[in-house]
Amino acid sequence: MNATSLHARSDFKVIARWITERSRVLDLGCGDGSLLQYLRETRRVHGYGVEISPTNIVACVRNGVNVIQDDLETGLSEIEDASFDFVILSQTLQAMRHTEDIVDEMLRVGRQAIVTFPNFGHWRNRLAVARGNMPVSANLPYEWYDTPNVHLCTLDDFERFCVKRNVKISARVVLTNGAEISVLPNLFGELAVYRVERA
Amino acid sequence: MKIELPIQADSVGPVAPKVAQFTTPLQLRSGAVLRDYQLMYETYGELNADKSNAVLICHALNASHHVAGWYADDPKNIGWWDNMVGPGKSVDTNRFYVIGVNNIGGCHGTTGPTSTDPATGKPYGASFPIVTVEDWVAAQARLADLLGIERFCAVMGGSLGAMQAVQWTIDQPKRVAHAIVIAGAPKLSTQNIAFNEVARQAIMTDPDFHGGNYHEHGTLPRRGLRIARMIGHITYLSDDAMMERFGRVLRADDFSFHFEVDFEVESYLRYQGEKFAEYFDANTYLRITRALDYFDPAMKHGGDLSRAFKDAEAGFLVVSFTSDWRFSPARSREIVKALLDNRRDVTYAEIDAPHGHDAFLLDDPHYHELVGAYFLRLAREIEHGSKR
Repeated sequence: MNATSLHARSDFKVIARWITERSRVLDLGCGDGSLLQYLRETRRVHGYGVEISPTNIVACVRNGVNVIQDDLETGLSEIEDASFDFVILSQTLQAMRHTEDIVDEMLRVGRQAIVTFPNFGHWRNRLAVARGNMPVSANLPYEWYDTPNVHLCTLDDFERFCVKRNVKISARVVLTNGAEISVLPNLFGELAVYRVERA
Repeated sequence: MKIELPIQADSVGPVAPKVAQFTTPLQLRSGAVLRDYQLMYETYGELNADKSNAVLICHALNASHHVAGWYADDPKNIGWWDNMVGPGKSVDTNRFYVIGVNNIGGCHGTTGPTSTDPATGKPYGASFPIVTVEDWVAAQARLADLLGIERFCAVMGGSLGAMQAVQWTIDQPKRVAHAIVIAGAPKLSTQNIAFNEVARQAIMTDPDFHGGNYHEHGTLPRRGLRIARMIGHITYLSDDAMMERFGRVLRADDFSFHFEVDFEVESYLRYQGEKFAEYFDANTYLRITRALDYFDPAMKHGGDLSRAFKDAEAGFLVVSFTSDWRFSPARSREIVKALLDNRRDVTYAEIDAPHGHDAFLLDDPHYHELVGAYFLRLAREIEHGSKR
């Protein structure tokens, strides 16, 4: 067991707090499966990941995590309605081409969805743009020309999106350096963690 | 005299087939009964003290119990999945006790149409019953009993072998911890059955077939078998793989304006057909293609594959290959969906490989790494004594 991989991502603990014991969890864009591994150990969930990268599929197998190789952009046709308690999209939303479709799919197959993404409204990002450059940071570690992120948004943007798409936000945590913050989150928050359901 | 062996350092080395005799009659799905029969099998690696590291490898259409290693008296006869099974390989014989078995109805020493019918003293020939995947699983389970294996750590196969692994999880749910289902399908498509029918017709219309009793007539339906094998080979390869390998390359500089071999692909197919017709039995070919046609675990459940898996307890690794049009990735996804519906542990990988159905026998590094990673996980489970 690799302790560093378990705690590498500050959103894991927030997600784990919301996940009920022994629930059924689907993690979209699960990477090497470390979140599912963490949730299995801390919440005893029964989970599956969905991943497109062959290297990550092997990593999931190494980590003992169930994983289905699939492209999220084409939907989750193999999965029945409401068959999961929680569907997680952890730091993947901003890299999705079909943002609206994936949120709909998440709320079709899961009773609740958890979405995390880097807040583009963070002051450092704003400052970079004000200075005339696309931001590069720990949360956005790419140059403009090699970034997989095609749909970056701010907390405010996401919340408007939810209103428009009939999605109810049931909880929100905003993190900076791994700590929760509450003052001016759209300006000082680095990472947004939302729990949403169908309104 | 020095014999040059085509052997790699990581081979299981020289192996010898074994024979298991059974006298308890085997009731077949067709209603027929095999009174007594024998199964040819091979084993590699050591069974551990609590007998928890046994892996059963199921073969596809033309293969046999000779999965890995080579024969001392025939060193070029290397097992059909030797690139997968061996010391340090994906299915590591330093950790696992691996069993290969030739199925009932086969022609590699297991009781089949070429065996002597004790009732008549002559080869069974056409009178050998039609066998099914369920029958094979039942016979394999008896071999497990004989070897003292209560529960397989994994049952694994590609193509028709994958179908047997699936059937194990349905018929013997308590006896299989994991199923490795590679390039499989939950049932044949209409097109698959159609290809099988053409192959069977090639055999049965060969004048040397004699209704399946060719042994009595001192003949062999070689032409039919050749054509059957040629058809099969076309379906095992992708269009791109054939183009890549043979293109439109001619044997001479120009067309030769006859119907002998002009194109390299013709030469290849004829060679494969010839080779096959020399060692394979036509009655076995008919029966194995029929077993493929009849495989349909959902049939008993009104066509609902999810219900077919309702008692399955195994964890699954399902693998398909992008260029496989015989058993396409979509067919594997049907299995995955049914497993998800039943909340079974399942991992599904779609290997980007250009070779078509044959890819499951080849060396794609990602494919082998994936299977190896899965087996490492099984090794950990065995070590911790954790029961799935």
